[in-house]
Order: sequence, then C-alpha cells, then structure tokens
Amino acid sequence: MTDIIQKVKNLSIGFRSKKGEEILILKNISTNIKKGETVGIVGESGSGKSTLALAMMGYVKHGLYTIEGECQFNSSNLLKMKSKDLEKIRGRKIAMIPQNAGQALTPNLKIGYQIDEALQLHSDLNEKEREKKISELLNKVRLPSPETIALRYPHELSGGQQQRVAVAMALAGTPDLLLLDEPTTGLDVTTQAHVLELLNFIAKDTGTSMVYVSHDLGAIAQVSDRIIVMYSGEIVLEGPSRDILKRPIHPYTHGLLKSIPKLSLAGLPESMPGSQPQPGTIQSGCSFFDRCNFSDENCKNNSPKLEFLKDLNTSVRCFNYEKLVNESQASQTVNKIKNKSQDKEILNLSEVSISYAKQKLLDQIFNRISDDNPTVKDININIKKGETIALVGESGSGKSTILKSIAGLLRTKDGLIRFDENRNLSSDLKERDPNDLRIIQLIFQNPDESLNPNHTVEEIIAQPLKLYFGLKGEELKKNIVDLLQKVRLGEFYTSRYPRQLSGGEKQRVAVARAFAAKPDIILCDEVTSALDVSVQAAVLNLLQQLKEDFGTTYIFVSHDLAVVRAISDRVAVLYQGRLCEVGPSNDVYKFPSHPYTEVLLGAVLEPDPDIKPKLVAEDIVEERPPEKGCSFQGRCSRIVGDICKKEIPPWQLTDSGNAIRCHIPIKELQKEQF
Amino acid sequence: MKLDNIYKEEKKSAVAKLSEIIITMASRPSGLIGLSILIFHIILAFISPYIAPHDFKAIDPTLMLQAPSAEYWFGTDDLGRDVFTRTILGGRTALTITFFGSLIALLWGGLLGIFCGLVGGKIDDVVMRIVDAFLSIPWILAMLLIVSLLGTSTEVLIPALGFFYGKGIVRVARAATHDVIAKDFIVSAKARGHSNFSIIWNEIIPNVRDAILVEGAMRWSWMLLGFSSLSFLGFGVSPPTPDWGLMISNARGLMSFAYWAVIAPIVGLSSLIIGINLTADAFAKALGIDRSTKAPV
Ligand SMILES: Nc1ncnc2c1ncn2[C@@H]1O[C@H](COP(=O)(O)OP(=O)(O)O)[C@@H](O)[C@H]1O
Ligand code: SF4
Ligand code: SF4
Ligand SMILES: [Mg+2]
Repeated sequence: MTDIIQKVKNLSIGFRSKKGEEILILKNISTNIKKGETVGIVGESGSGKSTLALAMMGYVKHGLYTIEGECQFNSSNLLKMKSKDLEKIRGRKIAMIPQNAGQALTPNLKIGYQIDEALQLHSDLNEKEREKKISELLNKVRLPSPETIALRYPHELSGGQQQRVAVAMALAGTPDLLLLDEPTTGLDVTTQAHVLELLNFIAKDTGTSMVYVSHDLGAIAQVSDRIIVMYSGEIVLEGPSRDILKRPIHPYTHGLLKSIPKLSLAGLPESMPGSQPQPGTIQSGCSFFDRCNFSDENCKNNSPKLEFLKDLNTSVRCFNYEKLVNESQASQTVNKIKNKSQDKEILNLSEVSISYAKQKLLDQIFNRISDDNPTVKDININIKKGETIALVGESGSGKSTILKSIAGLLRTKDGLIRFDENRNLSSDLKERDPNDLRIIQLIFQNPDESLNPNHTVEEIIAQPLKLYFGLKGEELKKNIVDLLQKVRLGEFYTSRYPRQLSGGEKQRVAVARAFAAKPDIILCDEVTSALDVSVQAAVLNLLQQLKEDFGTTYIFVSHDLAVVRAISDRVAVLYQGRLCEVGPSNDVYKFPSHPYTEVLLGAVLEPDPDIKPKLVAEDIVEERPPEKGCSFQGRCSRIVGDICKKEIPPWQLTDSGNAIRCHIPIKELQKEQF
Repeated sequence: MKLDNIYKEEKKSAVAKLSEIIITMASRPSGLIGLSILIFHIILAFISPYIAPHDFKAIDPTLMLQAPSAEYWFGTDDLGRDVFTRTILGGRTALTITFFGSLIALLWGGLLGIFCGLVGGKIDDVVMRIVDAFLSIPWILAMLLIVSLLGTSTEVLIPALGFFYGKGIVRVARAATHDVIAKDFIVSAKARGHSNFSIIWNEIIPNVRDAILVEGAMRWSWMLLGFSSLSFLGFGVSPPTPDWGLMISNARGLMSFAYWAVIAPIVGLSSLIIGINLTADAFAKALGIDRSTKAPV
C-alpha cells in the first residue's frame, strides 16, 4: 500500500515543428502526488502547467505527443492506456475542473439534469439514490437552496455559482484526484475567495487529492500543501508551500514574489526584466539566465539539474540557490510613486448617471433617457491634473461604463463631464471636436482585442499621429520610433504584427498608441489583468514612468486591489454603479471604513500563507441596484435596519479627507475594524 | 541601421503575400491537386479557341454519333459536331460566366453584409429578413422566371447568378463584421474620432476580407453547378454555344449507344467543380479560416 496516487516519471511532451525539429513543451518532469494532498502548480502562460495537468489524466492535446516518460495512476501508465480503459478512470477516479466552467456546462440543460448525467456515467447509483445525491452534492458546494439551483439553467447562475456546479459535477464520481486548471481565474475577488475556501473544505472533508494549476500565487498560497514552480517546461522549484512562499530559493520564484503588488505596501513593486523563452529556443545554459539577478558565467554554459535539498525538503534547479537561502522574501522594495498632482482640476464628473435601459418611443423622439434606476447613478468625482485615480469594484459595478461615457462612447442620462475647469464635454462622440477626442485616450484590458491583427505595429501607432497631427513620411517614422523607445521597444518592432509579440509587448504597443495622441487623460481599463504577473509589474512601472515624464492624468480601473494600491493616489469604490467611498489610497486601505470596501479588502488573496482572506459577505451577484436606500444593502453584514433600505446614506468625511457613504457614523465604522 | 531597411524586412508586398498563400496551399496534397485542376481549366479556357481542332458549330449529318477516333478524339454528337472541341470550349463559357457572376455576388453580398453587420438594429433585421425570404424561394424557379422574361444572354445570366449566389455571402460577411465590431480596436478607433469610412476601410475590411473571399470561392463552385443545371434544363446559354450543361442534356438520351458524347462534358464539369472546391478549401486553410459550409459535391 502506497500513499502516492499519481506518479509522473521523466515526462517529456512536445511537438514537431514545420521544419521537423522536436520541440519540448515539458522537459523531463518527475513528481508524485500523494493521497489527500493539494499540490499547486504555478507558472506563467506557456510554462507548460496545463499540459502537465492534462497529462495527469492521460490526455495529450491535439498536435502534441508524449516523447518520453509516463504518468502512473494506480500503477498503470495513463499515457499508454486504451481510450476504453481511460474512460473508466476519467470522471470516476480523476476529475477535472476547467477554467471556464460556464462554457463547460451545456447551456440548454438544467443543472440538476447535468449533474444526474455525470452521476449516471460515473457512479452505480439508482434513480432514487441519484436524486438524493444531487441535493447532497449541491449542498456540499454550498449553493443556496440546492432544490432551486437544480431546476435552473447555467446562464441563470453567476460565474461563481457555475464554478460551484462544476465542482459538484466533478465530485459526482467521488474521484481520488481532482485536477483544477485556473478554476478561479476570471472570477471576482470576492467570489474567488469563496470558491477557494470551498475547495479547502472539500479537500479536508473528502480527502481527495487536488492538483491546482494557476498563474496566481495568491490563489495557490491559499490552497496548496506543496507548490511546484514551472518555468519554460521545467520544474525549477518544488517544496512545501510555506517554505516556497516564505523563502523562495529559486531566483525566478524570488523575483516573481517580489513583483506581485501587496496590499500592505504602497508603491510599485520591482519588475522582472524580459520574458520567458519561446518553446524551442536553443539554450546552452539555464533557461532563466536572461532574466536572472543571481547568474554567473557557469549559468550561461551549463544547465542546472533539479537538486533535492534534504534539510530544506525542497528541490531546486539553480547553481546559486545558496545565495538565496539566507535572503528572506519580506525584503520587498517598492518604487515610491511621485505624482506631482496639482490643485488644478482636469476632469470633473458631476451627478453623472448612465442607463442601458431600452428607451421607449416617446423618449427616443424627444431624445431623452428615462430610467428611474439607472446602471450608474449620481457619480461626483473631481480629478486633479497629474493624479492617478482608481475606480474599483466587482465586475458589473459600472467601472467600464463610466470610462465609456468619459470617452464619449456612451451617452449619459444626466450630469456633466467638465474638462479643464471650463469646458463641458458631451458624452456623445459626434458632438466632440477632434481636440476633445485627442485629450482623452483609452487603453484596454486585452491587447489581443485592442490591436488590429492585420496592422503592423507601425500602422497601429501611426493612426493617432496621422489623425491628430497630420504627420507623414520621415517625420511620422521618427515619431513612431521615438514612441516605441519610450515604451522600451526597439525600432525593429515597427514591421511586426501583434501576433508576433508577447502579451507584455502588445500592451506596450497599446500604451504607445495612447501616448501618441499626447493626451491629458488616459483611461486604463484593467490594463494589466490579462498579463502575466512577472510582466504586470513592468507595465505598471512603465505607465508610472510615462506619466511622470508627460504629466498625464490616469483614471485606472481595476478589480485587483493590490494593483490599485500600488499605482493610485486616490481610490473610488463603486458598488452597483453607486459610489461608496472616495479618498486617498492610503486612507482607503488603512481604514477600510465602508462595509463594502471592507469586503473587497478582506477577499484579496495574498501570496502569503499567513494572510487568509476574510469572507465578510455572501458572494451573491445582484442583478440590478436596489430601487431605494443604500446600494449595498443586499449584501451588507453591518446593515443597521430599515434606514439602509429606505434612505440613501449620507456622505461622511473622515479627518483625512476620506468620504464614506454609510448610515453608520464614522466613529463607529472605524472602531469595528478587523 | 537605416530606418528604411527595417521597414522592408517584414512588411510584405501584396504579391509576396499572395505567393506565400499559394505556396502554403500547394503544400497540401489536396490543395496541390485542386490548384492544378483549376489552373489547367483556366489555361484551357484561354487557349481553347486557338487549339480547337474543329469548328464547334459545324453540323455534318454524315458524321452523326461517331465513336472516338484519331480525327474526332471524343467522337461526335447527334449533329455530327466534334465533342472534343465543344468540351474544351464549354469550359470557357462556364468559367467566364461563373467567374464574373461570383465577382458580382462577392461585391454586393460582401458590401451588404458588412453594412448590415455595422448598422445592426432594425435596418439589419429588415434586410436580413428580406435576404432570408429570398433564400427560401427555390432559386431555380426564380432563375427560370428571370430568364424567360429577359432572355438567356450573358448580360442577363451573369448578374442573375451573381444576385442569387450573393445571399450566402451576405450572411458570412455580416457575421464576420459582427465579430469584428465588438473588438476593442474598433472602439478605440471610434474613441479617437476616426471617420466611419476610415474605420470600415482600415479596421473592418482587412479583418473580414479573408472570410468573404473564401466564401466567394466556395460559392463559385456552387454557382458552376447551378449554371450547368440551368443549361441542362435549357435555360442557360442558348445553342449552338458550346456548354457542358447543354451537351449533357442533349446527349443524355443517347447514352446507351453514344456514351462518349455525355462522358466528356461530365468529366469536365465535375473536375472543375472539384478543382474549385479543393482550391477554396486549401485557400481557407492557408488563411487559417475554419470553414464549415459543405461542398456541393
Ligand atoms: N452594452 C450593455 N448593455 C446592457 N447592459 C450593459 C452593457 N454593458 C454593461 N452592462 C451592464 O452594466 C453594468 C455595469 O457594467 P460594466 O460597466 O461593464 O462594469 P465593470 O466594468 O465594473 O465590470 C453591468 O450590470 C452590466 O451587465
Ligand atoms: S542557475 Fe544561474 S541563471 Fe539559472 S536561476 Fe540559478 S543563478 Fe539564475
Ligand atoms: S448604509 Fe447600511 S447597508 Fe449601506 S453600507 Fe452602510 S450599513 Fe451597510
Ligand atoms: Mg470592466
């Protein structure tokens, strides 16, 4: 009897390039998953973590093939097994939960029916037993009133609920091993924390082993007993979770942990230079050499082996790990941001309301918008020249909606948008003159969507230069190259297409395009959310550098509170399109006074085993804002009673100039901190 | 390094791009076969008037239904005309009419589709309803009506075929446009204040062009089949113009004892359809487009 449930032995997986070379995605991976343990596999996109997880259930993606090695489950090699035999294992013994559970559910079948299907397939229960089991499973994943959930369709559930259903379905066959591939990526902070807590509970309750794959060390830290760090298809570090997070003895992990913004630290984290080599890049030495701060000549020519250190119970692939053994991770340094924000107002939103409601004919004729309960309501913000103000809130809180109106892409229902103290900007593009359009530029979340795939980098950056300044010929080229250099891209990028660039490089091009217009204000909508952690810090640092050089004002939208903490001077917290709290970042983060701010901050996942998320409110998703009273009444754990449901709470000011909208008096709010 | 050199490096000319696409197409066996067949037919269409051994309309009762011989390679038909001559010239008719027909289909279908995808809302709804209504009319009946009203001249056939085969392209162009306009780079261009024309020309067309072209190529083979059916029914080009559909229809009754008169045009027609089909398929693959429309044969 052994307590090893899955044994990966010398596994190499790869593909053949067009030229016929063998290109490795996984290079000689060996590891064991023990009974009842949760192993986190972390790495940036392209490091091979998903390929490894899939191989653990005997699946090799189309186009790839096993070059060497095996994945043993119950002492048989899954990679050599016949598909008939595999079917008996998948779902029953090994189950997988994909990233986007919503897409994995069949849209036109009721949840209960789909779980029943899984039960029929993976268990030997009869109808009566299955009926009971469905309720049991839904109870186990803590869905409110399982009976009603079972009768609903997937689209009637929120993202978090869909993910819970996926967990329930995976548990249908009582598997011994549960593989989770980025199960919480794309979910809201609060939902994420809840799902992770559920997974922890299930691991303890059922004793199922889990393999948790993610790019997010914060999430991994919350669930894993052991962590495997992958880089460029290799395991570079493996050991007990706490040790890896507290004392990362591989330079990559060390740098990664340093580049993650922390809630407790204002200012920008250090960034890691460069990016992961593409598969197939020929290397004579260590694959991390280009980016390593601890490298020497030896690393350049010899590749390190994975070495097991008995006294640390850790395996590491590095010649110079000793240099790191004594260094503690806590010595994180940050680049303090120095914004010369002036007192001069650059943008003022007053009483702005925005509605998506379909307008009735009469309203269309009179060109007005009527909606008593608009998506966004009564936004008042005064933005100073040169500052970075952040809008935070869960998805659907109206952050992007507000940005769209500022950019003139969405008509407001009421309110004024005033630029530079005296100029009213229409929220309708057609009524803005070219200069009004130039002064406000946008950067989007996903550069794959925001850059035209058929345009070269040169053509992309040329657009605003031609449009606003009429540049041509040599002068245009010179400006393009200048801009590229400003975003730290060389001039040889001009002729590349977006698909030939890495995620970070693409986002730099988008940044260059925004700055090409010489704007006063740049609206950043989740600009780092689609990037790898190691790249995120670099982009944040770049944005900060550029704004210091140009005196630009940023309106920075993000759901990631740690990122917001790092870059912003001021924060506005939104719930259901209504402001809850506005104030200097330091104050908002130090005195999380509004109950919703408290919820958001409590849910942040830090890559630290000692900081656990605090789940204050239920993870309910509200469809629309309440008609009356406080916008947060539906989820507030500190609700004081009827007054919250009837009256809109007043703005209250703290001594430091933080404005909070709640019926609970400031003094009391601050007393009850956790 | 001089700037100009850098610019030349990766930015490819249209010719370079096209030849790259063709090379990719030819690197697959099916693509190579398709391209070869298509090119063979096109060359034949160009040179057939000069290489045709006989006069295509010379009727000679003494030579009725001769079996293939050294003089008449594919034999003769019921009026004593040379089947080989008529077969190679028939390809010319079919190719010209359907090529220009497809061009028209591409043009109006593509533009209307892009327009609908762009404006959306009520106008889009109404236009698509109309297009659907047209789709539900059996096209062959409508064609018969048109041809009997306006005659069977090329000037009628090309636009009529172009019209009927453009409907499918409307759908594809509209769907592709729909996908593209939701992308942030369009929002970004709008927010910068580019003109509608500039957005359509620079941002949308380059991104929907491939899908539309592939659909057009596909429609070409459908149209060829449709056109030949028309001729077969006697509503295509009028005799004595050499045409595969006509030839098949004329010789069909005599198949039991003069199979040669029917086999040659059938081989011509089907090989051309297969050629276009395989080419369109390879074209789609070379452009990285996943095409789910089924081929007509
Ligand atoms: N085009 C739209 N039509 C109708 N409702 C929309 C549209 N876009 C967003 N919404 C709704 O508006 C609310 C705010 O959305 P959004 O501004 O995207 O939030 P955030 O950026 O904070 O995630 C959500 O309830 C969302 O469902
Ligand atoms: S082996 Fe050298 S280059 Fe590689 S991680 Fe260690 S110190 Fe850095
Ligand atoms: S006003 Fe009431 S419901 Fe709203 S946040 Fe304050 S206590 Fe909660
Ligand atoms: Mg958003």
